[in-house]
Amino acid sequence: MNKRVTTQTWEGTKLKTQRRWTNKTDNMDTLALEATQPKKAQNGALVLLPGPPIPAKRKPAKKTKKAVVFFEVEILDAKTKDKLCFLDKVEPNATIGEIKSMFHKSHPQWYPARQSIRLDPKGKSLKDEDVLQHLPVGTTATFYFRDLGAQISWVTVFLTEYAGPLLIYLMFYFRVPFIYVPKYDFTTSKHWVVHLACMCHSFHYVKRLLETLFVHRFSHGTMPLRNIFKNCTYYWGFAAWMAYYINHPLYTPPTYGEQQIRLALTVFLFCQIGNFSIHIALRNLRPPGSKTRKIPYPTKNPFTWIFLLVSCPNYTYELGSWLGFTLMTQCLPVAAFTLVGFIQMTVWAKGKHRSYLKEFRDYPTLRSPILPFIL
Amino acid sequence: MSAPAMGTSKTAHTDSSHKKKKGPGTLAIAYLVIYNVVMTAGWLVIAVGLVRAYLARGSYHGLYYSIEKPLKFFQTGALLEILHCAVGIVPSSVVLTGFQVMSRVFLTWAVTHSVREVQSEDSVLLFVVAWTVTEIIRYSFYTFSLLNHLPYLIKWASFLNIHRYTFFIVLYPMGVAGELLTIYAALPYVQKTGLYSITLPNKYNFSFDYHSFLILVMVSYIPLFPQLYFHMMRQRKKVLGHMEEYSKVE
Repeated sequence: MNKRVTTQTWEGTKLKTQRRWTNKTDNMDTLALEATQPKKAQNGALVLLPGPPIPAKRKPAKKTKKAVVFFEVEILDAKTKDKLCFLDKVEPNATIGEIKSMFHKSHPQWYPARQSIRLDPKGKSLKDEDVLQHLPVGTTATFYFRDLGAQISWVTVFLTEYAGPLLIYLMFYFRVPFIYVPKYDFTTSKHWVVHLACMCHSFHYVKRLLETLFVHRFSHGTMPLRNIFKNCTYYWGFAAWMAYYINHPLYTPPTYGEQQIRLALTVFLFCQIGNFSIHIALRNLRPPGSKTRKIPYPTKNPFTWIFLLVSCPNYTYELGSWLGFTLMTQCLPVAAFTLVGFIQMTVWAKGKHRSYLKEFRDYPTLRSPILPFIL
Repeated sequence: MSAPAMGTSKTAHTDSSHKKKKGPGTLAIAYLVIYNVVMTAGWLVIAVGLVRAYLARGSYHGLYYSIEKPLKFFQTGALLEILHCAVGIVPSSVVLTGFQVMSRVFLTWAVTHSVREVQSEDSVLLFVVAWTVTEIIRYSFYTFSLLNHLPYLIKWASFLNIHRYTFFIVLYPMGVAGELLTIYAALPYVQKTGLYSITLPNKYNFSFDYHSFLILVMVSYIPLFPQLYFHMMRQRKKVLGHMEEYSKVE
């Protein structure tokens, strides 16, 4: 932090005093204050600094013009502390996002999405919306930069990871060659539950794709590139594993036959509608283009009433859907997929629940992260 | 695999700083000393058993049978080390330790014990000897590390540490070779008997082919072995570097 300068900010009045020590005084709007001449101060600002007076040229105070103190921004590498970039004449109301764009100009390989700008080398990343003058920095702001690595947009990742299971499952359903014994190529299963399962599975992923395109409002634009490989391996791998057994010529239908399948289908559809309702409710919490966060509440839609008991009912319904699918197919790999998904969603739900509690003082206490009263 | 457990190599002179961080209490240290002493003793028993059996029979063949029980007992006992990491009295990664121990346990029970026909193979002796030497050095080193407040023991700890990191250069490939050859030898018997395999149709719509699984395990050595080997090489350079400084300070 620049120790030559003291900054004081009062909320509301937004009075600010800085003294710039600069050789670049061609800037008309520099406000220079000397300890010896407090009367010179404009805006009722206080003189704060000790130290020798500035040798800078003193322009006659233009009362009509509002004094704008430009910032200098230096960006250092968080690990090596090398000076990567120096920006001068930065507007005080510049956002971190704008600073990232400026940094990108001098280092074209680091597009803004892969920049992590922080006040402290080991601290948290600053948000794009953060405004320079509201940060605890002097007029020469020092930021630390970390490369987040190649980034890919969330939408791209979601579309890829969901399109895979949709297509892969269908390949097994239609018994494309080289999967099963050749005499079964392009045949169809004789069990109607297999057709039903294909419809449900496909419906689920089509729903997800459409939601990605039209419903979800993402708070982050991008994620690290390597995530797409990790995520696709998970989704595609499990889809292939499940589909192999469900569409196998030697598939065994559920033990309790039609009853079991009917119950499973009911659960599945109920949870699909529920999940969709939650997605719509969450979307409506957030105006388009914004990244605001609000506490979700039950709406007129009965499927959202679960918000009374749970912070992340979208995960609850998702679990329910897959339990339904497991029951429908009576297939161990499906159960395994459900279990792994449940563990992951619980981790996410607990994190979300914790951040709700941290952010909102009045967060409803009856709610659990994912399972009412239990988890 | 036959590599010594990776965690942190507790070189004697850095141990005190480790203790200040998370600090296993004195009770934990006492327990760990006992654990490591017992394990050292156990693997010594196996070593002695091998030597005696060799001298008695006059050949390398079939020595597995003479140490089968202590091998199973003490190798399985190493599962406790996962617990030690999970509880925090040993500053190692649970995942890494778990992986190492499970691979040993897998080879002991799911391959050597389960497929009787491989027990007389020479490859078994190869990895048993590698494991025995490695574990004796490793456990005795840990014992001395834990007792490092006794100054003259530090020399012993360093001595063992150097040897641990040097011997592994031969022991590790030796152990891996023994393990791979043993799994390979087991393959035909597993296929013939359908050991641990589940076939379709069944009401849970699941299948598992142990034969294919074993092949997969063998293939997994290809990416894993070099990584572990070079990790140990790097550790070795670090440790030998420290040793030099230490002896200079003296």
